[in-house]
Amino acid sequence: MMDIELVNNVLQAAVRTGTPLLLVALGETVAEKSGVLNLGQEGMLLVGAVVGFITTLTTGSLFLGFMAALVAGVLMSMLFGVLVLKLNANQYATGLALTIFGTGLSAFVGAGYVGQPVTGLEPIAIPWLSDIPVIGNALFNQDLMVYLSFLATAALFWFFKSTRGGLIVKAVGESPDSANAIGLPVLPTRYLAVAFGGAMAGVAGGYLSLAYTPLWAENMSAGRGWIALALVVFASWRIERVMLGAYLFGLASILHLVAQGLGFSFPPNLLAMLPYVATILVLVMLSSNPARNKLYAPVSLGQPFFKST
Amino acid sequence: MNSDSKLEDLPVASAQGGLPMPSRLALRGITKQYPGCLANDRVDLDIKPGQIHALLGENGAGKSTLMKIIYGLVKPDRGQLYWRGNPMQIADPSHARSLGIGMVFQHFSLFETLSVTENIALALGTPAREMKTLSRKIADVSRKYGMTLNPERLVHTLSIGERQRVEIVRCLVQDIKLLILDEPTSVLTPQEVDTLFVTLRQLAEEGCSILFISHKLNEVQALCDGATVLRGGRVSGSCNPQAETPSSMARMMVGDDTPIATEYVKVEGGAPFLTIHGLNKSTHDPFGTHLKNLQLQVRSGEIVGVAGVAGNGQEELLAALSGEEPVREGDCIRLGDQAIGHLPPDQRRRLGVAFVPEERLGRGAVPTMSLRDNGLLTGFLQGLVQNGMVQTQKTEAFARSIIDRFKVKAGGTHSQAKSLSGGNLQKFIIGREILQNPKLLIAAHPTWGVDIGAAVAIHEALIQLRDQGAAILVVSEDIDELFQISDRICAICHGELSPLRATAHTTIEQVGRWMAGDFVEDAA
Repeated sequence: MMDIELVNNVLQAAVRTGTPLLLVALGETVAEKSGVLNLGQEGMLLVGAVVGFITTLTTGSLFLGFMAALVAGVLMSMLFGVLVLKLNANQYATGLALTIFGTGLSAFVGAGYVGQPVTGLEPIAIPWLSDIPVIGNALFNQDLMVYLSFLATAALFWFFKSTRGGLIVKAVGESPDSANAIGLPVLPTRYLAVAFGGAMAGVAGGYLSLAYTPLWAENMSAGRGWIALALVVFASWRIERVMLGAYLFGLASILHLVAQGLGFSFPPNLLAMLPYVATILVLVMLSSNPARNKLYAPVSLGQPFFKST
Repeated sequence: MNSDSKLEDLPVASAQGGLPMPSRLALRGITKQYPGCLANDRVDLDIKPGQIHALLGENGAGKSTLMKIIYGLVKPDRGQLYWRGNPMQIADPSHARSLGIGMVFQHFSLFETLSVTENIALALGTPAREMKTLSRKIADVSRKYGMTLNPERLVHTLSIGERQRVEIVRCLVQDIKLLILDEPTSVLTPQEVDTLFVTLRQLAEEGCSILFISHKLNEVQALCDGATVLRGGRVSGSCNPQAETPSSMARMMVGDDTPIATEYVKVEGGAPFLTIHGLNKSTHDPFGTHLKNLQLQVRSGEIVGVAGVAGNGQEELLAALSGEEPVREGDCIRLGDQAIGHLPPDQRRRLGVAFVPEERLGRGAVPTMSLRDNGLLTGFLQGLVQNGMVQTQKTEAFARSIIDRFKVKAGGTHSQAKSLSGGNLQKFIIGREILQNPKLLIAAHPTWGVDIGAAVAIHEALIQLRDQGAAILVVSEDIDELFQISDRICAICHGELSPLRATAHTTIEQVGRWMAGDFVEDAA
């Protein structure tokens, strides 16, 4: 009996741990599909986390907290967007700068709030569904944001598979010049995609400080923004694989804690590497077919677009 | 019964007659200035309904800019466009399309990872729920105009000719009044060109006007009933191609002081020098072509031409010949009786092989380096380097002699390679190789994107090198060029080589069939 409980708990925690990663990676997938590489994910996460936390602490409303985190993420991404899309700054350098800026800004703004508690988002068990053995507890006894992340995954999958909007994003990311030549709005599409990425990163930040561990600590994203960036590439820009990778990472993260708890005598630093290694290994194996990858990779990724006049 | 007067009457009557037919499209005084270049200078143009009108001109004459203006991609500085008699400002391509103007680009504006239907839907603004209807319409239209297309195929699986059909069908599924085609035949085999012309004539009969941009004069003559010639951004003449000869139209394109193509004497050549025997090569690039059991022989003192549509293995063949990708069985490629297939490029150069690669900037020359340094890059065997030190004066003299002998228009030996026009840089690169007196010259697309004057100069230099006894292999997509300069000719298709025949004993039609993979020989 105890083993089943353990499995239930591990799976539930794996989904929770994977959720912020999933949110960030989904947003970045959309931005990259449009041809824009935003390396500022970590910065947007942290700013979303601190802004969401302060808002909820001040107003007492989790809803306002998440909304504020979303807006903060969008503002950060638009700062990036104007630099790389309007002023054609180098996307790599600008993204790195955004991360450094966000890390510093969040530490500065949040300095007075370290260690203060808020009441985090509570799980809502969905009747019937949460009673399904093994996966019921993991998938249907979670907080609202986890359910929303399911919805977001499904919606994006549908968006790229069967909507005109998805087609436009893919076209702009593959060849902005061709897209422009047939009259598609290249820059507006890229702005929207980058803003969506910012919104998702902001909300993911909010999830960290308002649900996952309801408190603010400096640098609390702990590299998740970077993992998400790697995830997008190794998932070959495919929504379903992004989700798989995020939960895999979540599972591996939890397993190494469990392993420590069970008293495996293994150097803890090596164990802490496990989630990163496992996630990358699996996705590398999945993405080892170059011919198929070519169909999903946005060809113009990272390249500025100059409209001729 | 005088057929001549009839031909004369047609164009003049419509221009001077009492009741002028309203033009489908009329341009008046279109001017577009780019920094350092007047792309269009007071250009006038008239296209009648149902007319197939040619826009002729050399590279850089302003054809591309003009058609981008018509299609709403570029805004003119001055001048007025009239659409069916009314003044019109075309805001962007979607506006142009809503008027019934369609365009087929030279470099296709297609998305390789999407299907045919998706590509067309993107341009039309079709909502996702109507994709099925659109697929059916695409199939109908392509059948009606004799251009077979499967709407569900992904574009990257299509051949170049099929991709062009997608571009054309994309224009035809809407109500089209004016179809603009930018150099549409440059990527097609002669047979595909014939099929395209049938489609275009059918369209014109249905009342669609066609603007046909080209520099291939015999095609213009075969297809068009009106032509406007641009030179240096200005209209240098308009004519009825039916009443002109290709050389009189070429004169309008290049002006009076440029020599135009002549015929060269065909020769037999001497002993076999380059021998390719059973060359097989597989590629790791998923979109590349495998080479299959190639056989080819180039004699000293002859030019062998390899025709073919791009992407049929030319790149792989050239990489194997230059040594960029050596082959394991070195014996497959021999110079005289020495196996060289396994040697890297510099060792092959030491044996007297010279290369003119396809890309001028990036492989033929380093864009940001001076002509002098670019000369050194392959001329290092000419005593320009001693004990590891660059001999500055000799290098300078070498670059200077290339510039002088091949009349390269450049600021000097210090000019950056990228500052030269395509034709001038190509003259420099070819000159650099020729001055080293190679025993074998391998030239890829030697006059691609080069104007007529420079092309003639390049051809003459190649003929001269041949007459000095060098073996020359030319790989080109321009079949007219190959017929002009090659002594023997073959074609490459899907990584296989056709038989090699004396150019004088074959026809463009036969080589066209080779280019399409039909290697069966005609009954002689």
